[in-house]
Amino acid sequence: MRKNLNVIAAYTIMMGLIILVGIFQSWNIALSIFNLCLISAVMTMGANIQWGYAGLINFGIMGYTALGGLAAVLISVDPVQEAWSAGGSNILLSLLLIIGMVLAVRYVLKKYEKSKVRTYIIATIIIAGIIIIRFVSEPGIEAIEEVDPAKTGFLGGFGLPIIFSWIVGALFAGGLAFVIGKVALGLRADYLAIATLLISEIVIAIIKHEDWLTRGVKNVIGLKRPAPYEVNLQQTDWFINLVEKFNLSKLNLITDLTERQAALNQFVIEGSSIFVKLCYSGLFLIVVIILLILTQKALYSPWGRMMRAIRDNEEAANAMGKNVVKQHLLIFVLGSAIVGIAGAMLVTQDGLFTPGSYRPMRYTFLIWVMVIVGGSGNNFGAILGGFVVWFLWIESAPIGLYLVNLTTAGLADTHFLKVHLIESVPYFRFLMMGIGLLLIMRYRPKGILPEKIEIK
Amino acid sequence: MDYINAIVLLLNYIFVPALAYGSQLALGAIFVTLIYGILRFANFATGDMMSFGTMVTILFTWYFQSLGISLGILPTALIAIPFAIIFMVGYMLLIDKFVFKYYRVSKSPPVQLAMVSIGVMFVTQAVVRIIIGPSDRRFFDGEKFLIKAGEFKEMTGLNEGLAIKSTQVITIVVTLILVSALFWFLNKTKTGKSMRAYSDNEDLALLSGIDPKKIVMITWIIAGVLATIGGALYGLDKSFKPFTYFNNMLPIFAAAIVGGIGNPFGAFLGGYVIAFSEILLTYAYKKFFMYLLPESLEPNTLVQLLSTDYKFAVSFSILVIVLLYRPSGIFKGKIL
Repeated sequence: MRKNLNVIAAYTIMMGLIILVGIFQSWNIALSIFNLCLISAVMTMGANIQWGYAGLINFGIMGYTALGGLAAVLISVDPVQEAWSAGGSNILLSLLLIIGMVLAVRYVLKKYEKSKVRTYIIATIIIAGIIIIRFVSEPGIEAIEEVDPAKTGFLGGFGLPIIFSWIVGALFAGGLAFVIGKVALGLRADYLAIATLLISEIVIAIIKHEDWLTRGVKNVIGLKRPAPYEVNLQQTDWFINLVEKFNLSKLNLITDLTERQAALNQFVIEGSSIFVKLCYSGLFLIVVIILLILTQKALYSPWGRMMRAIRDNEEAANAMGKNVVKQHLLIFVLGSAIVGIAGAMLVTQDGLFTPGSYRPMRYTFLIWVMVIVGGSGNNFGAILGGFVVWFLWIESAPIGLYLVNLTTAGLADTHFLKVHLIESVPYFRFLMMGIGLLLIMRYRPKGILPEKIEIK
Repeated sequence: MDYINAIVLLLNYIFVPALAYGSQLALGAIFVTLIYGILRFANFATGDMMSFGTMVTILFTWYFQSLGISLGILPTALIAIPFAIIFMVGYMLLIDKFVFKYYRVSKSPPVQLAMVSIGVMFVTQAVVRIIIGPSDRRFFDGEKFLIKAGEFKEMTGLNEGLAIKSTQVITIVVTLILVSALFWFLNKTKTGKSMRAYSDNEDLALLSGIDPKKIVMITWIIAGVLATIGGALYGLDKSFKPFTYFNNMLPIFAAAIVGGIGNPFGAFLGGYVIAFSEILLTYAYKKFFMYLLPESLEPNTLVQLLSTDYKFAVSFSILVIVLLYRPSGIFKGKIL
């Protein structure tokens, strides 16, 4: 109990802060912060597995998040029959061609010794393949994008419940990580960082511009939900009764019947959106807890000890007969898959997929700030980092506004400096993140909750 | 005649823009490579440091414009750049003193310094956005074109026009002067030589009496000059927007690594490699072939290898290929 005191204290303070937001701002805001904190926590767990357990830098988090989001679209949207009949066969054919190309390259790689000729053969296969695929897919893509472009213009998905996409998102992200890992894991730490960052940009570029698959910047809206809709809730009897029970004391103060009805309606509307958010919180909490149990188990298993050994001294671990390359690849795939789950969760919660919104600042660097601030190598720390940093990211605007008002209190409201500062309040979040990160790295380089090595 | 038209077409749409864009990338790439070679970390704040320098240039440009100072046909920003450099160098030395120095002295691993540079990136980004805001700004004044497309057509009687923007010429000329000065400095002066020695083998350099503090300071000063000029030239040619500058960090990194990290000359050429391949691969060659081929063979598609949306993706793919086959870069930098 005693040794976990700081963990418990940190989490209590964090929950207290969110509850304070609920009391002073609104429960709606508090819950949306809480939900995004949970999603961030999943992302940080993924990054923490890679960085904290194995010392691998992955700056491609944005790419995996977007792939998770793509999975949510592909799983939950109903298939667009017209588009399939217009160009589906071309797309399927190109898919087969791609598989054939990969197999051909693999065959050449296996069959022939490394030589210049082999490189040329592979290059020819790839270039010829790309040209053929373009010829095959282009008419299909054009036909698909012409099918009712204002509403669909893409192939759609499988029309399954969106929850499945959490698993599929993990598979997508893991698959991408496998390819990247094969290519880039041999690089030195900071080059791995740059390479993954650039590859994630390529992924985003593809998602943004391949309209036949993702609708691109036209966005996919109105995804199915795992939670009830507010509008339906507001007309359900049991829900109205529930809200009435909760707010009975307030409602009893109002004597006039029509006013009472109006107040009740107001409560029902507020309550419905809170209820929906609570449903999401429940789902997300389940994911976080499952992942936490798994990662903790893994951390204290022989496998976890081996990972730490590899992280701390690669050569020694190698000499002990541990397959460093294989383990690195494994952990790279696992961590990325977890980030993929988070990406799917995020799109599930928003109910829309906006490829334009994936930016490295928000989805890669912010997650890294969370991992570093929380404490790399410690799962509780990583989750806490997700909570603290997301909370500050959202609440820094009100805090900044307060500070600006405080420091410029002597100036008139129309003074140019004050107006300018108040306009730039949203950017104080960058300042807070940066200074926070620098201070933590300087004075508490292991994070708020540092890694503890216990022998169990 | 058709052949000349085809060549002018390529000059106008590929060669001139790529040369200007490549010069801007090259300056950034030399900045990255210097920091990497001497201070030994990947600086993720590159793009934002460049945007900081450009911001100061813009502020000075506005100030001079309000005073009525101008260079006639040249943009006012050219007088503003030296003042901006002073600010920029001050800012960098300040950051170094309060942030990077601690990790350098305690010999932290490069990864940690890279993480710290992310903190600097956040702070710089905030400072730029708080001071000048996130919106798109143009600060170019003076004569816009050196040769206008219409004038060129009249002069030569060709079908294709060749337009050369004055900013493109300024970019290329300034880059060439700056880069030659830098290479002269690195190769011929004593300080430059000691910098290269320090980059090559730190311990040996320290043994032979090279003062690390001086080396680090000079590196930051050169970096400040490169960042300000590179950023300002990009801003003059296109426009200034903090977000674009942050994004430019990626092709700049690609250029530095493709050229061989830690090798300034490689970084310089890497900038052009990236710029030319980005533009060559995404240009639609339909008109070019229309000039060259007989009418019966004329293409009916755009003859575009990749859509322009994938401009960035091209440079990153080149980077991935280089990392796979020649991890030390085309021009032999440090082996990763």
